[in-house]
Amino acid sequence: MYIKKYITKQIFNRIRPQRNKSTKNIDEHKWKSVVGLEVHAQISSESKLFSSAGCKFEASVNSQVSLFDAAIPGTLPRLNEKCVEAAILTALVLKCNLNKISLFDRKHYFYADMPAGYQITQQFRPIAENGELMFHVIDQNVKKDPYIKTSFIKQIQLEQDSGRTVHDESSQTSLIDLNRAGIGLMELVFEPDLCNGLEASSLIKELLLIFESIKTCSGRMEEGALRVDANVSITNRDELGTRTEIKNLGSVKAVQLAVDYEIFRQKNIIKNGKKIVNETRGWDSVSNKTISMRDKEVLQDYRFMPEPNLLPLNLNAFDINKLQLIIPELPFVIRKNIMKKYDLNIRKTCILMNEPVLLSMFFDIMNHDKSRNPSRVWNILTIDLLTELHKRCIESSQCKIPSNFIGEVVDLLDNNTLNLAYAKKVISVLFDETNKSPSQIVTENNWEQIYEEEKIDHLCKEVMIECPKAVKDYRRGKVQALKFLIGQLAKKTNNKVNIAYASNKFEELLKNE
Amino acid sequence: MISFLKKRLRDQTLSAVDLYTKTLKDLENKSNLNAFVHINQDGARQALECQKQLKNGIQRPLEGIPIAVKDNFCTKGIPTTCASKMLQNFIPMYNATMVERLQAAGAVIVGKTNLDEFAMGSGTVDSIFGPTKNVWRSNSDEWHIAGGSSGGSCTAVASGVCVAALGSDTGGSVRNPASYCGIVGFKPSYGLLSRHGLIPLVNSMDVPGIVAQTVEDVMAVFSVVIGPDLNDSTCLNMNLDTNKFQQDFSIRDCRIGIPEEYNCKGLSKEVKDTWNYIADLIDNSEGMVKKVSLPHTSASIATYSVLNACEVASNMSRYTGILYGYRSTQNYKSFESLITTNRIEALGEVVRSRILSGNFFLLQSNYEKYFLQSLKVRRLISDDFQNIWKSNYDFLVTPTTLTTAPLLSEFKSLDNRTQCATQDYCTQPANMAGCPAITIPVKLSKSKMPISIQIIGQNFDDIRLLQFANWLEKKITFTQIYPYN
Repeated sequence: MYIKKYITKQIFNRIRPQRNKSTKNIDEHKWKSVVGLEVHAQISSESKLFSSAGCKFEASVNSQVSLFDAAIPGTLPRLNEKCVEAAILTALVLKCNLNKISLFDRKHYFYADMPAGYQITQQFRPIAENGELMFHVIDQNVKKDPYIKTSFIKQIQLEQDSGRTVHDESSQTSLIDLNRAGIGLMELVFEPDLCNGLEASSLIKELLLIFESIKTCSGRMEEGALRVDANVSITNRDELGTRTEIKNLGSVKAVQLAVDYEIFRQKNIIKNGKKIVNETRGWDSVSNKTISMRDKEVLQDYRFMPEPNLLPLNLNAFDINKLQLIIPELPFVIRKNIMKKYDLNIRKTCILMNEPVLLSMFFDIMNHDKSRNPSRVWNILTIDLLTELHKRCIESSQCKIPSNFIGEVVDLLDNNTLNLAYAKKVISVLFDETNKSPSQIVTENNWEQIYEEEKIDHLCKEVMIECPKAVKDYRRGKVQALKFLIGQLAKKTNNKVNIAYASNKFEELLKNE
Repeated sequence: MISFLKKRLRDQTLSAVDLYTKTLKDLENKSNLNAFVHINQDGARQALECQKQLKNGIQRPLEGIPIAVKDNFCTKGIPTTCASKMLQNFIPMYNATMVERLQAAGAVIVGKTNLDEFAMGSGTVDSIFGPTKNVWRSNSDEWHIAGGSSGGSCTAVASGVCVAALGSDTGGSVRNPASYCGIVGFKPSYGLLSRHGLIPLVNSMDVPGIVAQTVEDVMAVFSVVIGPDLNDSTCLNMNLDTNKFQQDFSIRDCRIGIPEEYNCKGLSKEVKDTWNYIADLIDNSEGMVKKVSLPHTSASIATYSVLNACEVASNMSRYTGILYGYRSTQNYKSFESLITTNRIEALGEVVRSRILSGNFFLLQSNYEKYFLQSLKVRRLISDDFQNIWKSNYDFLVTPTTLTTAPLLSEFKSLDNRTQCATQDYCTQPANMAGCPAITIPVKLSKSKMPISIQIIGQNFDDIRLLQFANWLEKKITFTQIYPYN
């Protein structure tokens, strides 16, 4: 297959007319960017891939280390079947072909936190190949239409994680923690079929949702449980350009920013008539730039060799049908169901899906009272509650407000006890006074909305008397004056009035004279 | 020997403590042979423990029997050095499964025996502890090598310090020294004995081996160490019935092959005559003896050099001196310079040259040409054996070594690769195929050095192989107590 590709490349080169190389004003549109991701997902398991040491994340330094993990002479790997099951499950969900027989190989390089001098991986025959992942791409800009994209998966391989090296600047020493060394990883190698940072981050978001439902990886990027490498190149022809690899992206945001920055950087290089260098780069989240990692510039020859201490991995020893049966409802299906059942559009659905805690609150609230307006519930959760969470720097997973309280806020809005401005205040109070229900808060603070027609009629008339100029302006045809009057009314009532009612009432009164 | 000792221990005409004391005294007296490199400081306590058991009428299969262990098996609390400066300060915190099982059977570990550095050799000459001497015709001026790399274990047994010892065999490292020392050396089928805790040379060929003065003693040790081990994925549960060893063995039912390729250049006349003598002996006992061919035999050594170097390069990567092992006192600028210095200062030339060649063979551009090609040839060599077994042969009888033990001066005149190429010629192919093989002494040469014969059996047919060896041993009367000067 490789040879075929190579030959095609040669032919292309020959029939394609040579471009004038001195052209510096490159046409931006002719250059397309090509992005391929490699994802390292730590397997959620009790013990490591080849040893019985534990995998706890915040365990004290070097406490999760077996003799094998420290590469003590004479120790041998022993494959953890739970890790294999996790990889099978992941491969099934990602529509991969499982290799009945797969093999383990040694990949050699010297690194202080990899004590054996090699990593056991699956270079030549991985556990699964040829899968795909379909996901929605939704730009923040609401004018851009959401679309569905598919990225193909070349392979999924099982391999060992490395340890960690901590550089202590004060004493100029390097300290090694082997807790992570030997934890099972699934490396997912995607084909280069994405074209920008948004697509890359959307893929990762979808992958995180899948892991959330099948639980084979915690997906906690902040703990390093899922790391992304992005291969980026730009080209103006059919073949791929020289690529750079951005290593170890540790958040969805970093994936998006790093890829886009790298595309921008490469285009600039081409604009300046220079050449892209094949290199490994890192992401600096402070300067928001990718930077060259000099120590990895030397071309590595990993001197792969079959791991002689492990038998070929034979999947016939695993009950694949049983694993197939435990696959839960996947994000794509959940999303479709939400859209249909609650009449939400794809954008709203995706936003909700990407906040698993809010999603489960959404279900709680809707299940508790099916007559509730899903759009209103969506608004309260993903706009008002989320804003408050952000303001307070609280992860949504740490949100302690019970969903029935949020449901109550929705109901208070629905039955006109509250208006939106006060609903926001109630939500804020819920964070501080956790033992009070929304109704209680409203009563105690006297935050009930003014919505009775008589009261509004009376208040509007008062405002019109107080602001004769605005009334005159409006009647002369200056429609904006209405806004001023509404503003005055809001001020007068401390924002407690129902604005929609008041606006109608003003119009009515103003026309009547 | 073991059954005799067991009887006396049971009768309490000999105490386990006395036996241990005598063993230690012997060891001291014969320390000039340089068979042992460390003594088990816990040995006396272990012997006392055995003595208590025996007093209570409990006798585990090897209760109180002193056994020596090659210094590449990890022993908890006892240094395990692989005769390398790199591991000179390494004291394992765990026991190899083989050691664990010996102790569980009541054996007393006497100490650790000498070997070539990381078992890379066939002389027990390349050791930081210096060479081990052969008990036969050794005097202070000129002496013969013990063979290797399990030369320390073989000398320990041949000199009568202990009745049995553990060795390891990758290309002949148990059989070669056993042959030179005139004792029995057994390399079981690959996959029968656990390698957990055996510091590897070539993982895909390494096999723990047993050396003893008689086949029966080998069997006594074999039956307590055999069996699957969760810590070694390549150690299989074959459910071999070790009791079958005691049952009748009839040579009449056996078809024996004499592979013509083993009649090679460099095979001494005396060894060849011994080989013929054994073939005739079997023939006269109504066993069927026929010439057979293993056509790829001569490719075995070259193939082995490649595969050995590759696995060595890989296995030795962990010896950086960071977590354990030798740490240079020189200043260093970086991680790379530190490990480079550690490795240069602590690994011998043979080890370093094999690492270098292994890394060369494994380069992406060479992988197919050398490594994959060698795997293919290995398959051919292995198939040679499988074809023999398919043609209903039960055993192959071959020389073990081409000559008797050379003098140290003769041996040293050759480089390590040439040494191994000649020394391992007859023993190496069985490792390629994973077949069980055993060497037993037959007679003394004119110059009074032992000459042995090798029997190779079908994979996992170890018990019958031992039965056959036992039968043959009884047919030939080889003096088993050696004159020791």
